[in-house]
Amino acid sequence: MESSGGNASRIRREIEALKDEKARIEQKILELENQLREEVSLAPQQQENESVCDGCCPSLSAADANLAHGLTAGSIYRYSRHLLLPSFGVQAQSNLLKSSILVVGAGGLGSPALLYLAASGVGRLGIVDHDVVELNNMHRQVIHTETYIGQPKVKSAAAACQSINSTIQIVEHEQALRTSNALEIMSQYDIVVDATDNAPSRYMISDCCVVLGKPLVSGAALGLEGQLTVYNYKGGPCYRCLFPMPPPATACQRCSDSGVLGVVPGIIGCLQALEAIKIASDVGEPLSGQMLLFDALSARIRSVKIRGRSPQCEVCGENTTFNQQRFKDFDYEKFTQSPLSTSPQKLKLLTPESRITSKEYKERVVSGEPHVLVDVRPEHHYKIVSLPKSLNIPLTSLEARVPEISSALKGQEEGGGSGANLYVICRRGNDSQRAVECLQNMGFDLAKDIVGGLESWANDVDPNFPMY
Amino acid sequence: MMEVKTKEDNLPAATTVGKDGSSIQIKVLFFAKARDLTGLTELSVEVPSGSTAQDCLNKLVSKFPNLDEIRHCIVLALNEEYTTDSAVVKDKDELAIIPPISGG
Repeated sequence: MESSGGNASRIRREIEALKDEKARIEQKILELENQLREEVSLAPQQQENESVCDGCCPSLSAADANLAHGLTAGSIYRYSRHLLLPSFGVQAQSNLLKSSILVVGAGGLGSPALLYLAASGVGRLGIVDHDVVELNNMHRQVIHTETYIGQPKVKSAAAACQSINSTIQIVEHEQALRTSNALEIMSQYDIVVDATDNAPSRYMISDCCVVLGKPLVSGAALGLEGQLTVYNYKGGPCYRCLFPMPPPATACQRCSDSGVLGVVPGIIGCLQALEAIKIASDVGEPLSGQMLLFDALSARIRSVKIRGRSPQCEVCGENTTFNQQRFKDFDYEKFTQSPLSTSPQKLKLLTPESRITSKEYKERVVSGEPHVLVDVRPEHHYKIVSLPKSLNIPLTSLEARVPEISSALKGQEEGGGSGANLYVICRRGNDSQRAVECLQNMGFDLAKDIVGGLESWANDVDPNFPMY
Repeated sequence: MMEVKTKEDNLPAATTVGKDGSSIQIKVLFFAKARDLTGLTELSVEVPSGSTAQDCLNKLVSKFPNLDEIRHCIVLALNEEYTTDSAVVKDKDELAIIPPISGG
């Protein structure tokens, strides 16, 4: 066990080091390729101009005539299918090439949004994210490849965008968006795309857009549903006009807890790119004053007309005092009672006497101690993976199923003497504490939870235990 | 999530008669967290004629007490248009309960 653990970590370190080196080399290749492309594309144009005009009739050059609308020969060819669209054409493409768009979040929504925005020729594309690419991102965050696991998402996304379109400017903001940097970052762009995954970020980005007067393309996806709205566009409502009160923390589900079908954020992210392109190119009617609801189960898309700007809105209303300073001072985590970062909360409900570590639990199993292990995760989690001989009683049905625990304990006592212990486990060690508190209130004084749940079992006891 | 299904309301008719003695049927659509809390995507509800959107919500909360936690953070749409609590619902109206999603 000991030596194989040591080997594994050495191999992991070596893989990490090689990946770092690989990413550095790939970045260098990309830079050189871009450099080469620029050299090559400039050279023949110069030659052509010289040979056709021969220094006597420069005004008749075809290249010069085309440049009147600002599109280069390369752009005309690259975006030709856009230019062929009568309702899009040269003017819209030229608007797009002059525009700048910031995408906050390079995850499930940001991945397709960024790919399409880069491909369509947004002149300057900014990416904000502070996470690294993980294996459990790959099923939906299609901008990243396995090569980039462990690398910053911003780096991975920027490389992918640049490899699709080397002619646009990509700006990497490898940091978490906070009230301290949001004004400075967002003010550099015409349009903001909210592709984040949590409630405090959504309020913060919307408020910042109001203060800076930027249109906001806001998308969200969870489970099998998606939502899309354009806020703060030409006098339209902001996020707070619709939702002046934040949802209770218990209602703020995350993909990492509730799950999401990969293609659902993919669809919403594509629609976000579409809305951002419409605004940037000044074509069509953006989805302002409306909310698009996507329901994957029934394959239905509904568009619901939402309220206009609220005169009472605390941020964009008539008598608002909200400004840049108030924005900087606002505590969005406190307002929504949930964290801005994606790291899951670590609850501390129980005293140390009511808890044991996963290593201690392992020792007790090995020593043959009579005990019952209750796993309080939902049934569909339990089906993914579980510890041997554990009893699955989801937290939501704990009180009703207490007799099952009593009889399991009795069974253990008959088999191996008196005083069987009761342990509770969950995924990360939060629900197990809630369960132990509940069990102790019902008379199971010796109930203990396993600190850090199955995650700590996988980290500290069994590195081969599958995690999700 | 996958067990979500539609269901007919079966509350007794005595509670659903209006001042003039008549009642109406509306269709309630649940989205996002409201789906999780009720286990339904839609529900047919009988209310006294003259009822407001708020009356309908009250009735839903009494049927699904969990809905109370998100009650103050939803968009309410009547026939796919924004509505307020005081709007009067009519027979065959469609009332959508839309809590915000924040995932991505």
